[in-house]
Order: sequence, then C-alpha cells, then structure tokens
Amino acid sequence: MIRDITIGQYYPAKSVLHRLDPRTKFLGTLGFLISVFLFHTFLGYAVATAFLVAMIAISKVPVKFMFKGLKAIVMILLITVVFNIILTPGEVLWRFGIIKVTREGLVLAGRMAIRLVYLVIGSSIMTLTTTPNQLTDGLERLLRPLNKIRVPVHEIAMMMSIALRFIPILLEETDKIMKAQIARGADFENGNLIQKAKNMVPLLVPLFISAFRRANDLAMAMEARCYHGGDHRTQMKPLHYEKRDYIAFVILAAYLAVGVVFRAVGL
Amino acid sequence: MGIIKALKLGFDYQRYDDDGNVVDMQRAVNDVNLDIEAGEFVAVLGHNGSGKSTLAKHMNALLIPTEGTMLVDGIDTARETKLWKVRQKAGMVFQNPDNQIIGTVVEEDVGFGPENMGIPTDDIWKRVDDSLEKVGMTAYRYQSPNKLSGGQKQRVAIAGVMAMRPRCIILDEPTAMLDPNGRKEVLEAVRELNRKEKVTVILITHYMEEVIHADRVYVMDSGNVVMQGNPKEIFSQVDTLKAYGLDVPQVTLLAYELKKSGVDVPDGILTTEELVSALCQSN
Repeated sequence: MIRDITIGQYYPAKSVLHRLDPRTKFLGTLGFLISVFLFHTFLGYAVATAFLVAMIAISKVPVKFMFKGLKAIVMILLITVVFNIILTPGEVLWRFGIIKVTREGLVLAGRMAIRLVYLVIGSSIMTLTTTPNQLTDGLERLLRPLNKIRVPVHEIAMMMSIALRFIPILLEETDKIMKAQIARGADFENGNLIQKAKNMVPLLVPLFISAFRRANDLAMAMEARCYHGGDHRTQMKPLHYEKRDYIAFVILAAYLAVGVVFRAVGL
Repeated sequence: MGIIKALKLGFDYQRYDDDGNVVDMQRAVNDVNLDIEAGEFVAVLGHNGSGKSTLAKHMNALLIPTEGTMLVDGIDTARETKLWKVRQKAGMVFQNPDNQIIGTVVEEDVGFGPENMGIPTDDIWKRVDDSLEKVGMTAYRYQSPNKLSGGQKQRVAIAGVMAMRPRCIILDEPTAMLDPNGRKEVLEAVRELNRKEKVTVILITHYMEEVIHADRVYVMDSGNVVMQGNPKEIFSQVDTLKAYGLDVPQVTLLAYELKKSGVDVPDGILTTEELVSALCQSN
C-alpha cells in the first residue's frame, strides 16, 4: 500500500505540455510568475487568466488536480486577504469600531489573492506535467553555468534523484520499524506533544542507522559501476529542444511582451 | 592466463581511534591464491565471517590488498590509474537489491553504468535493450524498481552490470535476501549468462544448492581457502564441510548416510536424479 504513493504530483497524460522539454516548462513557469506581477489591472489579469486557462486546457490534466495545491495555502491566503482589507489606509467604505474597510484595501486584497492563486496554479501545471526525474534533469542543465562558480550542480541533482528513489523505501522501512516497536509495546498514539515527540526516538534511531547503512551500500554499488562524478559522463536521455519547445518560447515571449507593454502604457 | 588471479592475497581490516592511529587489525583474508579462467562458473563458499565477501570486493578493486596482488584480466587492481578499467571488466552484484539500484525507472538504472563510462547515447540504448533482454526484464523497463519483487530487482541489478559489458561478474550473496522463487530466478539468469554469453561468473554464497552447477568451488574459512575442486570432489567430503560450519545439500547428505550404513552408492552425489539412478543400479 505504502509502495503506491507517488512522489511529487505527476499526472500521466499525453499532451504537448507533457512532452515539452523540462527546461522549457521551468522557464515558462518562471515567465508566467513574472507576468503575474507585471499585470496590475483588471484587463491585465484577464489576459493572465486566459493564458492560464489555455494552459490547463492543453495539459489535459483534470482541473480539480490544479486546485489541490491551493489547499495548502488556504490559511496564508485568508490571512493575506483579511489583513490587506483592514489595514490598508484610504477611502473608508465601512467601519466597525477600530476596524475599517477601505476601497484601496479591497483592491489590494483582490490583487494579492489573484497573484497567490495564480502562482500556485501556475507551478502546479509544471509539476503535474513533469516527472520528478525530468525536473531534476532540467534543473541540472539550467543550473550548469553555476559550475563555473564551483556550485556542484551535478552532485546536487544526483542527490535529489537518489532522494526521490529512496523516499518510498524509507517510508516502508518506517512503517516496518513502527510495527516492530508497537509489537514491543511502544506507544505512538497517546500523550501530549512533548511525549509524542519523545516516543518517536525509538523510531528515528533505527531509521537513521538503517538510512546510513543504505547510503553506504549504495555508494559502494555506485562506485562498483564506475560512478566518479559528473565529469566524462554521458547521458542516456539527454535533453534536446524540439520544434515544439521553440514554439513554446515564442508564445512565452509574446505573452511577456504583452505584460511589459501593458505595464508601460499603464493598463 | 586467467581472468582473475590472486597471488598470496592478504587483507587486514583496520580500526582507527579518533586520532587516526591503527588500534586494531583484523585479518580478513589470508594467503589466498586463485586462478580463474575466462568463461568459468566459479563458486566461493563459506559461512558468515569467512572472508568471502572481502575477497569478492578485491576482484572489483573496492578493496586493495594489504599483501600480495590481485590481477583482473592482467591489470593489477592496486594501480589507481586503471581503477575504472578494472571495475568495467569485473562487474559486481551485491546482496541487498534495494541498495544497489540507483535509477527511478528500470531502464534508467541499467543505463547508469554505461553513462558513467562515457558511452555515446545511441550505444547506451543498445546496451540497455540488450542487457534487459538477456535477463528477461524487457517487459518491466518503464516500471519503478520499487514495484518489482526481490528476484526481479536482482535481475535488474545484473542487467545493470551486463550493460557495462564486463568480462566477468562477481555476485556477492545475490540471493541471501530473496525467497526461494526469487533465488531460483536469479540463479537461472546467472547460469544462462554464463552459458550463452560466456561471461565468467564468480558466485559468492553460503547456500550449497547454488554451487552444484559450478565448474569449480572454493571453500573459505577464517580468511583462508581451505578446499577447492569441482562440486563432486567437494561434496564427497561431508565431514570436512561440516567442520567448516557448512551444510551439504540434503540429497548428498542422504547418499552419505546411506553409504555409511552399507548401501553401495558413489561419493559426491549432487542431485535427486543422480541418487535415484545410483540406487536403482545398486539393486
């Protein structure tokens, strides 16, 4: 059961977005996030919305998956909106004691809410259409220039993908250790927060030990298979920009141009 | 000249204190001489702590001998400049299937070795297709290794080694963590590679049943090679094996006991069929 959990939130489907190069999607998402801050008028948000809706339609991912990500930020969203509404000075519309709602506050709150929601949905489109592995590959390639300032890009990417592979294994192990400790009378359910934290010790210690042992084994297995870092290494699945990626970049550039123009003329 | 050759090989595990001084030395392998020919299927037997895994790690240059030399295809493993060449020639499969699979997809894991060797992309794909085919895992190539059984994972690990086109593969207790079915599956894959691809196989194990098909068997005890010969020769010495803490296969034991009580059966019987025909003839 615990084996079936998928890391990340990849939704398998056959769409143009799924087939795009991860680098394109990454830069595209970045472009969209910038655009959300470029636009600041009703018309501008209409353009962003149109773009977002079009992307969701192209991705062939059911809309409800897009909104799943929003659950995590509901609290932040509420707090942002409420504080913006009551704390922004300006033309008072409604007053209750020291609390006053201003027109400017409402506008600002609306703008903030739209930005936050679009940020989350925008990045969800990327994570839903890209496997974690592709994301790591894409990041490795995009960050490669950082190698020049001695950032170990390949190593970081390798660590990320190994972590992704071992998350389900370690989860399963946690499950096993937990059951073994429960069978020996450990209690993970009752008590207050401090007691609960204390009760985690017999779970965490064996888990850490086993994780280190696995790391040791894995390092040896990697060395046995000639792993010696990123130098002189070839790739089984190298990233290539295809025609569709160039088209995507053109669309993105056009979209960003609209954002810049809107900003410049104050729309 | 053999593909793997050990000359007076000795190895000490050293324990260090906080300042990096050696406080304790433990002899793990002592004065071992091996000469393994290309294409052979060799088994190394021994109970826990007999030094068989330590010996295996020398064949892949994961450990460098403290005494003597280890030659892999004529290359001294102590020469640091040839390290990657040695590891490419002698592939290694480990005990725990989970802890040696690096890729999140089966085919990517098989491609890991060739990627490290700097093989061009097209060639990697050819090797991956080829290796998966050889161990019969082509149907699972797009799956996550987490969803495979132990035996299947071990076959993927073997494919990962085969993709490096090694001259020999060393399997360090590859079946110790598997159920009987998985064990059979892995051994069959290994024997097939040995027969069809002429890969030299060195199987490290403590399961007697796994060595009966080997061309040659080495028995290790407390760091020394104490017996060597073909399976028949080894298994005819039931008492000596028992003294080294090893169990002989049940059929062999039965034949041995029968012989002791006066039934006329030959020494070193390895399979049920052999015993049946021997018994039928003796009547």
